[in-house]
Amino acid sequence: MTYTVEMPRIGTADAWRDAARSLVSNDVPPEQVQWTTHDAPPSLFGGSTALPAPRPISVPRSFLSMANSVVWHSDPTRFAQLYAFLWRLRQNPQRMQDRADVALASLRRMEKAVHRCQHKMKAFVRFRELPNGSAQRRNFAAWFEPTHHTVEPTAEFFRRRFADMNWLIATPDVTVQYADGQLDFTTGQPRPDLPPDASEELWITYYQNIFNPARLKISAMTSEMPKKYWRNLPEAASIPALIAGAERRATEMALAAPTLPRAHAAPAKAQVDSFASRWSGPVDQFEADLQNCTRCPLHCHATQAVPGEGPEDASVMLVGEQPGDHEDIAGRPFVGPAGQMLDRVMHDVGLDREEMYLTNAVKHFKYKPKGKRRVHQRPNSGEVTQCRWWLNAEIARVQPKLIVALGATAAEALTGNGKAITNRSGRVERHDGVPPVLITVHPSFLLRAPSPAARSEAEDVLRRDLGAVRSMIEAHK
Amino acid sequence: MSRRSLQEKLAILSDAAKYDASCASSGSTRRNSLDGKGLGSNEGSGICHAYAPDGRCISLLKILMTNFCIYDCSYCVNRVSSNVPRARFSVDEVVHLTIEFYRRNYIEGLFLSSGIIRSPDATMLDMVRIVRKLRDEENFRGYIHLKTIPDAAPELIEEAGRLADRLSINVELPTDQAVQTFAPEKKPQQIRKAMADIRTRKDSTTERTYRGRRAPRFAPAGQSTQMIIGADGSNDATVLGQSTRLYSSYKLKRVYYSAFSPIPDSSASLPLVKPPLKREHRLYQADWLLRFYGFDLQEITGVTPDGNLDLEIDPKLAWALQHRGLFPLDVNTASKEMLLRVPGFGVKTVKRIIAARRHRTLRYEDIARIGGAMKKARAFVTAGGWTPGALTDSAQLRAQFAPPPEQLSLL
Repeated sequence: MTYTVEMPRIGTADAWRDAARSLVSNDVPPEQVQWTTHDAPPSLFGGSTALPAPRPISVPRSFLSMANSVVWHSDPTRFAQLYAFLWRLRQNPQRMQDRADVALASLRRMEKAVHRCQHKMKAFVRFRELPNGSAQRRNFAAWFEPTHHTVEPTAEFFRRRFADMNWLIATPDVTVQYADGQLDFTTGQPRPDLPPDASEELWITYYQNIFNPARLKISAMTSEMPKKYWRNLPEAASIPALIAGAERRATEMALAAPTLPRAHAAPAKAQVDSFASRWSGPVDQFEADLQNCTRCPLHCHATQAVPGEGPEDASVMLVGEQPGDHEDIAGRPFVGPAGQMLDRVMHDVGLDREEMYLTNAVKHFKYKPKGKRRVHQRPNSGEVTQCRWWLNAEIARVQPKLIVALGATAAEALTGNGKAITNRSGRVERHDGVPPVLITVHPSFLLRAPSPAARSEAEDVLRRDLGAVRSMIEAHK
Repeated sequence: MSRRSLQEKLAILSDAAKYDASCASSGSTRRNSLDGKGLGSNEGSGICHAYAPDGRCISLLKILMTNFCIYDCSYCVNRVSSNVPRARFSVDEVVHLTIEFYRRNYIEGLFLSSGIIRSPDATMLDMVRIVRKLRDEENFRGYIHLKTIPDAAPELIEEAGRLADRLSINVELPTDQAVQTFAPEKKPQQIRKAMADIRTRKDSTTERTYRGRRAPRFAPAGQSTQMIIGADGSNDATVLGQSTRLYSSYKLKRVYYSAFSPIPDSSASLPLVKPPLKREHRLYQADWLLRFYGFDLQEITGVTPDGNLDLEIDPKLAWALQHRGLFPLDVNTASKEMLLRVPGFGVKTVKRIIAARRHRTLRYEDIARIGGAMKKARAFVTAGGWTPGALTDSAQLRAQFAPPPEQLSLL
C-alpha cells in the first residue's frame, strides 16, 4: 500500500522523525511513501494515512543531526530525499562518511543552505523597541524574511541571548514570540507596523563611519550580505550613497596635505663606544640599560633581556648559555626544563641555589620558529662577544671567587675558547682579569642526550663538578 | 568648544577606529542568559551582523574611547600632530551604546580601543572602568575585545583579562627599526614583554591552586595583534617571519595584516598611495598555509627572488608551479600532507577525500562534489577517469590562473 504523510508547518522535525521511524522500522520502501506539506496541493488520494506502530531501530547520530536541519529547507522533495537515503543507510550505516555519494551530497548541500540561512537570521534580524514595555522587562519586535523555514530551529538562539526581555520575530512563514520565559510559534503574518526607534539612527551613523572608503570591495560585501536581505536592514539604505561617495572621500583623504611637519627627529641613541669592555653606571640603571641593548641583532626577536639573579655578594657565579623559551617569557634565568634539571642536581649535591648568582653568557633568547614552537639556536661568536659587555659588568659587581661555566658558550665567553668541553670539564682554568673558571656541561646537554646511558654519563659529570664546587665552598668557609 | 552630541561623538570615534582590522567574536567560552539575570550569549562561533561596502564584517561595536592622544605615530590618524576633530566618550555613553545596540541585535559585543590620554595607566583604568560596568552592573555576557596598552600597570591588565574575552596589543610594524622610525614613543621590546605577560597569565589559569580550585579565567578568546603593511619597506618574507615568531612566542590567536590606508591629514614621512589590498590578501593566504597546511616560511617566500609573494596567483599555486615534479598526485593514494599541498584543496576537502576513499575509488566528478576547486586542482591530480597528461608541465599553466596583462591606459 502507499502511505501519504503530511508534514506540519510547526514541529516539522519531530513529525518527520516520528513518521520516518515508524515507516522504516516496518520496512516500508520509499516508493510507497508520499510526503506532502500542508501548503502543497493535496495528492489524488488526499489526507494522511495512519502509520504502522514504530519498532526500535538504530540510526547513525550524524544522520539525525543532518535530518534535523534538512527538514527546514524550502525544497518540497526534502522529506522524500531524506527518507530514500535513510532507507539505503539501513544496509550500510558507513555511507554517512562517503561524501562522494550523490544522494548524500545533495542532502549535505541542503543542510549547508539551512545552516547558512540560520546564520544569516542570527545576524540580520533587527529589533525595534516597542513603547509598551516596563523598566524591568522591555519589549522588542522584528520583521524578517528567511529563505528557508528557519524560524523554529533558530528561536532557541534568540532565547539564550535575549532571555531578559520580551521579543517577537514576525516572518511570512512562522512567527515566534517570547514572553515570560515561553517560546510560542504561530504561522506567518503580514509585515507589522513597527514604531521608529531612536537607536536606529545611531546604528546607521556607526555603519557609515566604520566604513573605510579607501578599500571599496563591493562584491565581498554582497557575497556575505546578499541584496535580498537589504530591505529589512536599516543600515543598508545608506549603501548606495557610501559607494558613490567612496572615490571622492578616498581622494580627499589622499589629498589632505599634512598641516604640520614632523617635529620628531628620531635621535638614534649613540652606539656604545666599543673600546670599553663592560657596561658601567649606577647599579640601579643596569637592568634598564640592559633592556635597551641593541649591541647585536638578537634584541629584535626576543621578548626581553634576561639579567642574572642572586645575591650581590655571592661567592659562586653560574653562567649558562642563554635564556630559553620559558626564561624569555618569564624574564628570569634558569626557570625552564634545564633550570629544573640544574636545581635537582644542585639539591642532590647539597648546593643552595639561593646562595649562587645565576646568569647567562648571552642575555637574549636566540631561536627559530617551528610551527607553534620556538627552537633554540646557538649564539654565534659575535653575539657572545657583544654580550660580554653585560657579563663582565655582572662579574665586576658580584666579584665571585669562582665562576662555573655551564657548557661551551659560557666557556667561550669566559675563557675565549669553547672547544672540547668534555675533555676540559672538571678543570679550573685561570685567565687574566677573570676569577677562576670551573668548566662543566650545561644541564640542557643532559636533556638532549641521545640515549639513557649518555644521559646518565653526562649527569655524572655535572654532579661530580657541582660536588667539587660544594667542597671548594666548604674548604673556604 | 561646544559640547558634541552622542551622535557626533559616535561618528568621530567610529571613524577613528576603522583602521583596526580585527572584528572577530569567536573562540570564547560558551555562555548564555537563560537564567534571566543578564543579557547576551556567546556560542563559540562569531557572527557578522553587517558588512560595510569595504567588504569587512561588522561584528562588534568598534570604537575608540577617545581619539585624543599624546603619542605621535606617523601612520596613525589620531597622532598628536594631526588635525582631526577630537572627541571623548564618557563611561556611561559607551555602556549605553553597547547595551542598546546589542538588544537590537546589531552587534556581538564591544571592541574598545583608545588614544593615550594623560598616561597609559590612566587610559587603561578608564577602559577597564567601562568594561567593569558592562559586566558587573549591566550583567552583559556578550563579547568584549580590549585593546591593551603595553605599559599599563599589571593589576589593570589582570583585571582587563578577567573581564574581557580577548586582549590585543598591536605590534604596529613588521620590524623594530620601523617602529622606532614611525612610532617613536612605542618600544618594540615593551610590546613583546606585554604579550609575554598576557601569555604567562593565560597559561597560569590552567593550573589549579593547592586546594584544587580553578584560577579565574583570563582572556578566554586569547590575544591577537595587528601589523600595518605597506607603510615601511619590509618585504613579505620579513612580515611573515615576524608573524611566525609572534605565533610561536606568545600563542597568538591571530595576527592581522592591515594594508596601510591613506590617512586624512597624513604625515609627510609616509607614502600616499592606494592601500595594497591584494598584498594583504596574499599575506593572509600565506599565514593560513603556515598555520594549517604544514608549509615552512622558506617554502612560501622562497618562490620569488625578492621575498615578496606573487600578487597574481595565490601562494600555494605559486609553490606548486615551482614544484611540478611532485605532481600529479593520485587522490586515491596520496598522503594527507601532500593532498594539503594541492592548489584548490582546502583542509575540509582533504579530510573528506580521506574519509570517502575508504568507501570507493574516487573519480574526478566525486572530488568536485566533495568540494575540491577542480579548475585549479585538475592540473595537479589524477583520479578515476582523469589524468592531466601534459597539463601539469605545460608552459601555459600559469597563464591560465594569472589575470591577463592589462593594457596601460593612454589617458
